[in-house]
Amino acid sequence: MMNAIEVRDVHKIYRRYGRRKQFATLKSALLSGSLLRDLRPDETFEALRGVTFDVRAGSTFGIVGRNGSGKSTMLKLIAGIGKPTAGAVRVEGRVSALIELGAGFHPEISGRENVYINGMMLGLARREIARRFDDIVAFAELEPFIDAPVKTYSSGMYMRLGFAVAVNVDPDVLLVDEVLAVGDEAFTHKCLDKFAEFKRRGKTILLVTHALDLVHRFCDEALWLNEGTARAQGDPKRVVDAYLLDVAASENRQLSASAPSREPQAPSPEPADMFKANEGRWGSREAEITQVALIGPGGQPTHVFQSGERMVIALRVRAAQPVTDFAFGIGVFNVDGVCCCGTNTYIDGGAPGELSGESEVRFVIDSLDLVEGTYKLDVAVHRTGGAPYDYHRQLYTFRVTSRTKDVGIYRPRHSWQFSGGVRIEGLE
Amino acid sequence: MFAHLRQLVRYRALVQSLVARELTARYRGSVLGFFWSFVNPLLLLLIYTFVFTVVIPGVHPPELEPFALFLFCGILPWTWFSSSLLESSSVLISGGNLIKKVLFPAEVLPIVTVLAGLVHFCLGLPILAAFLIYYRADVVALDLLWFPLIVGVQLLLTLGLALLVSALTVHFRDVRDLLQNVLTLWFFATPIIYPLSQAPPNVRRLLNLNPFTHLAVSYQEVLFRPGPFTDWPRLLAVGVASVLVFLFGYFVFDRLRDTLAEEV
Repeated sequence: MMNAIEVRDVHKIYRRYGRRKQFATLKSALLSGSLLRDLRPDETFEALRGVTFDVRAGSTFGIVGRNGSGKSTMLKLIAGIGKPTAGAVRVEGRVSALIELGAGFHPEISGRENVYINGMMLGLARREIARRFDDIVAFAELEPFIDAPVKTYSSGMYMRLGFAVAVNVDPDVLLVDEVLAVGDEAFTHKCLDKFAEFKRRGKTILLVTHALDLVHRFCDEALWLNEGTARAQGDPKRVVDAYLLDVAASENRQLSASAPSREPQAPSPEPADMFKANEGRWGSREAEITQVALIGPGGQPTHVFQSGERMVIALRVRAAQPVTDFAFGIGVFNVDGVCCCGTNTYIDGGAPGELSGESEVRFVIDSLDLVEGTYKLDVAVHRTGGAPYDYHRQLYTFRVTSRTKDVGIYRPRHSWQFSGGVRIEGLE
Repeated sequence: MFAHLRQLVRYRALVQSLVARELTARYRGSVLGFFWSFVNPLLLLLIYTFVFTVVIPGVHPPELEPFALFLFCGILPWTWFSSSLLESSSVLISGGNLIKKVLFPAEVLPIVTVLAGLVHFCLGLPILAAFLIYYRADVVALDLLWFPLIVGVQLLLTLGLALLVSALTVHFRDVRDLLQNVLTLWFFATPIIYPLSQAPPNVRRLLNLNPFTHLAVSYQEVLFRPGPFTDWPRLLAVGVASVLVFLFGYFVFDRLRDTLAEEV
């Protein structure tokens, strides 16, 4: 199979802005064509440190990584907007880069003229644009406004037009940098449909994104960049999991480090829709959760559990005045925000008696049958009607690891049984 | 470098559209619209004529009558030259989004600026022609054949300097402020509001080093002064210099090309 993109040991060094005068760099730029030759190492920043990978023609390739890991730099080098400091980038066919939608639009002139100019900037001839013009406008759904100046467009219209032009360039290689994060739901779907169509037609797509489910769903291969080096490459699920594990590990480090200082957290306002709320803490505080600990099978506090292990969630609770209407609740969410389980003492059939003074509540999960991943924890003490005394929303994170790489949320205890002419070995 | 120059030819449709965009976008929303292209040089001319015929009359020798026409021959090309350079100094920075986000040859931007200036210059020509007819100027018809050549030389010179200025400004924002003052000095160091013959000999030697002196003198010789255009060897010398300036400007731009996206 032919490669659409070949990246060979690519380094990219940027100049740090700083104290030193610029004459040296200008001189070296003029004499040697490089800005960096005369710079000391502490005046430069190495965004990419020897990255090598291939993208097969017709495949969809995802690049994941944290902010500042070099993803966008890599994309710019592939798009030809920058030159690698060392190493080589080779791209086969026409490239269209969705780095910023509508980057070349001029606000004062009409959408029509902008389509032409933008298309020409992306390498189309006037004729070709004229032929595709109706498609572009139809895709952007801007027929009534195409002759209005672009400055009168809403930002959604602006992006739709930019996207429509870029994808209608009919590239062999499409580079996408996080543009899906900006559109509304309908626009995102439309983009995804367009990508799927590209894929069907055998075009190559390179996707830089933080939407990891997109990498799962769309990509044939993925690359994880970390601080300018390739940490993992290959099957998207493996790569994403490895990435998530690393994120979770550092999160857990941060979490454990900052756990004590998190306790007296400032109350956040109670959200209108609890299920859409992000992390936070709210409630009337007649009863308070003063401490939350996750305890592993060995009895030690931990943030990482093996799938199927015993997990204990221990809450320290304080009620200054005795409270008679109360329930304790637990909720576990995966990284996509899906509630994996949620229950409370009232749902479980417990009628509240009295809660007073200091106490400890333990929620014991005998077998944590979750698939590998990162999970967030809600804990709460609230009235049986739901009004919270103290609600901790996704303030606690734990990681489940597993030797088996199954997908989904729940990993039921299971076995396979066969009869007849089936022989499979190695199943537990 | 020459490969890039050749590649530029492929982008001529883009350059063309961008020039058209420059021109339409500039006057969008103004009442007079395109008319400003005519009004601007006229107003400028009116001011200078007022100053030199009403405020300080009699400083120019009588052979420069009608003085308004003499002024116009120099001011019109100068306006093109100076506004192109000033705009080029900021064009890469204001178009920074393009350079960083879209793959296309950055030199298109200063080139478009200069060409849009050329179009404005050409729009001023009918007014110049009207002046010539009104004053019954003694133009030798054959001399007019030189006119496109003078414009061509000025175009090359302006392009070369615009490329140089635009690329350098990305690295040193000081260039923009410096340029404003240099252009003011340059204006007075060019025989536009005075004839070259009026300058003292040692000053004249200095003025002769200024390429725009010869362009201005050529415009005046062809359009204003009676008699055939005899000064063409100087024009050709400036022409050769302009080619060199253009190549040098393009060379510097080409060398700095890869740094532009990072420094903008």
